[in-house]
Amino acid sequence: MPGADKETELSERIEAFLSELKRCGSGAGSLRGSAETARETTSLLRRITAQARWSNAGDLMEIIRKEGRRMTAGQPSETTVGNMVRRVLKIIREEYARSRGSTEEADQQESLHKLLTSGGSSEDNFRQHFTHLKANVIEAINELLTELEGTTDNISMQALEHIHSNEVIMTIGRSRTVEAFLKDAARKRKFHVIVAECAPFCQGHEMATSLSKEDIETTVIPDAAIFAVMSRVNKVIIGTQTVLANGGLRAVNGTHTLALAAKHHSTPLIVCAPMFKLSPQWDSALQELVLRSFCFLLPGEILSKVNAHCPVFDYVPPELITLFISNIGGNAPSYIYRLMSELYHPEDHEL
Amino acid sequence: MGDRLTTSTLLVTEEDEKKHEIIGAKGEGKELTKEEKQRLRKEKKQHKKNKKDDRGPPEKEKEKEKASVPAPSKPATQSPAHKAAPVPVNASASESPVAAEKPAKSKAELRAERRARQDSERASKQGKKEGGQQSTSSKPKATPNELQPVVKRLPDHVQVDDPVALKKLAKKLERQQVPLRSDYGYKVSLFSHLHQYSRKNPPTQQISIPVTVIHPSIVRLGLQYSQGIIAGSNARSVALLHAFKQVIQDYSTPPNEELSRDLVNKLSPYISFLSQCRPLSASMGNAIKYIKKEISNIPSQCKEEEAKRILQECIDSYINEKIILASEAISKYAIEKISDGDVILVYGCSSLVNHILCEAFEKQRKFRVIVVDSRPRLEGREALRRLVKKGIRCTYVLISALSYILPEVSKVFLGAHALLANGYVMSRVGTSQIALVAKAYNVPVLVCCETYKFCERVQTDSFVSNELDDPDDLIVTRNGKTHLENWQTFKSLGLLNLVYDVTPPDFVDLVITDLGMIPCTSVPVVLRVKNVDQ
Repeated sequence: MPGADKETELSERIEAFLSELKRCGSGAGSLRGSAETARETTSLLRRITAQARWSNAGDLMEIIRKEGRRMTAGQPSETTVGNMVRRVLKIIREEYARSRGSTEEADQQESLHKLLTSGGSSEDNFRQHFTHLKANVIEAINELLTELEGTTDNISMQALEHIHSNEVIMTIGRSRTVEAFLKDAARKRKFHVIVAECAPFCQGHEMATSLSKEDIETTVIPDAAIFAVMSRVNKVIIGTQTVLANGGLRAVNGTHTLALAAKHHSTPLIVCAPMFKLSPQWDSALQELVLRSFCFLLPGEILSKVNAHCPVFDYVPPELITLFISNIGGNAPSYIYRLMSELYHPEDHEL
Repeated sequence: MGDRLTTSTLLVTEEDEKKHEIIGAKGEGKELTKEEKQRLRKEKKQHKKNKKDDRGPPEKEKEKEKASVPAPSKPATQSPAHKAAPVPVNASASESPVAAEKPAKSKAELRAERRARQDSERASKQGKKEGGQQSTSSKPKATPNELQPVVKRLPDHVQVDDPVALKKLAKKLERQQVPLRSDYGYKVSLFSHLHQYSRKNPPTQQISIPVTVIHPSIVRLGLQYSQGIIAGSNARSVALLHAFKQVIQDYSTPPNEELSRDLVNKLSPYISFLSQCRPLSASMGNAIKYIKKEISNIPSQCKEEEAKRILQECIDSYINEKIILASEAISKYAIEKISDGDVILVYGCSSLVNHILCEAFEKQRKFRVIVVDSRPRLEGREALRRLVKKGIRCTYVLISALSYILPEVSKVFLGAHALLANGYVMSRVGTSQIALVAKAYNVPVLVCCETYKFCERVQTDSFVSNELDDPDDLIVTRNGKTHLENWQTFKSLGLLNLVYDVTPPDFVDLVITDLGMIPCTSVPVVLRVKNVDQ
């Protein structure tokens, strides 16, 4: 049966994606950038929409939620997966509302009056069948994919607005967004970049060699020298793994120290993060890597008697951040909650 | 006329006083030699001015005379410059009537003594700053009654971007037959005033064997410094003092030379060589000053064996008092600050902090330790090894995990390389970062430092005076890839491996020294007290 074949092919693809996620997450650092993960997630969701069996929007949302839960469980620290699932759910809601004729605005506004008069009637709204819903949803997902492909370019286009000549810019670790940002600015301006290497995996080294190939004056410093050098730095530009709903960050370890040092010297801290990194969930367990990362640092007989910690991520509170640069422009950390409400529906926060 | 007679009698008695003191000083040879030198320098200047015409009107003369009378009776610890400036002017004006009475005898006698005193002064002045000082400069600060304008020469190791200074240094090293070490690799522009050496080219490679100019124990010490085998300011100072003991043991006074002057001259090329191997630390600088002072204070009639024995004892007592007993005293104070259930954070490997923790553990305090470490030196491993051997419960993190671990910490203990006179703490790079984050989390920061590491320098950032270590240390292989392997081929890429940084005093809550527990801002007070004692 062609339907069954499609289904098995679909589930195969989902399984392959899940195992890929698990493998990437447990390795040292991420082997693929989050932009790539976002794109793959979205194309997978598009395939599910196209090939799975569903008759109304409610069914589709159930299916996507179920798959989304499986995918996020596979790699909890990779939040872009969950974010894309929520985006797609929001798209479905929007398309459904448009097909029904009512505007999304009215549905979204939760007023006390509405709560009293309408009651819980929104749930069965999604049971209506529309013939063009599938096509509309797939088209909207395609738009989302186009947006995802252009995020890095959109961010880099804003580079010249923020970097003047002869500046000293500091960054930490390796972020593809920041790399593209700085390379774009370097085409027209001359500035210096200081890269903190971010032990123990030293992703900063790769960033530095890549930047110096574009003739940007780069210096690599060990993490311990961040505060020592900060007094000569004009701006700190960093990437992040996730942007949280309060405007805080979950970024690579060492970023909190960098942010505190920048605050002490009143140096602006700019975060380059595309919109798909915005996440409404806070996973309180900061992921830690297995102790094997320390085998190369400590001899065996000491390692057995000692607790060693190697956290992967740091939480940076929003008070330390000056500006967010995303594909839709620059924003202050206090505005992030608003953007979040535009991207995701509140009922989807918990998948 | 009457006035003139009284002034001349006053001055005659003054002269007699001085002569008595001079005769007395030859027998004693300690503090009064300085007084002696002051007097003679003053008289030299008087004679110079006698050749010129009398300038000041008589009224001025009288006023100055009144000022000059109480001057000689002041205590011996006054510095020469202050007295040299106003007093000779007074004295010359008032002595010009006296000069006519006895010019010939004083001139010849004083000229001979002046030459002898200049030689010994030059020898003792070499102990002050690297490169020596001008003869009119004063002892650094800290006299109880006056504040001196200090004329100091900038040390050579922070003048690398000045070609004139480099040439001078090269000439000096050539004269002393010490090899000059060349810089390595691309230097970050912010640090072009500092040296950057490679560990693969120690200066000992350029020395011929057998070594004639530099004592072999010094050569060995230099190699140990440049390869990082001996690291840590206490270890370096103690090793230096032991090497100097060996040098003194093997020293023999050449004929027609005095031990007190010649030995100091012998030490200069050694010190230049050691600073070529690795720039001297503040503690080493203070130790060298002490030794030179002790050597120049050896009385000239002392026999060689006796002198050597005295010097060996001086060095032993310095090590004992300033390092070993000081660490005992500091442990005693610090243990009061450690309570049961504490979680103590330490950074890198400080011999003093390790000693404190081991002592506290022996005294049955219950605590656990978090050792923070940083690339590329990874000194925390050594501290971890020592603490685990004692049986203390330890946790190990890298410095990038500081924000993660700090909520658990109750106190931070840091060691110091030097304490600067404006209250800044100079220590291993990363210390200021720890103090910053600890302050943000409201965790108390305690710095432990012996008083012999206090220095009179002032500094506000980590750029103006620092040490650049071998940049190749930052290269590392991860996941089979070494990204920085050919960093020299990228012409816009620089690697920066700083050794020290300065921590502002507002991050430090307490400094524990052998004199007690003081706030960071009391460092100049301690320096003043120390200088008065000396």
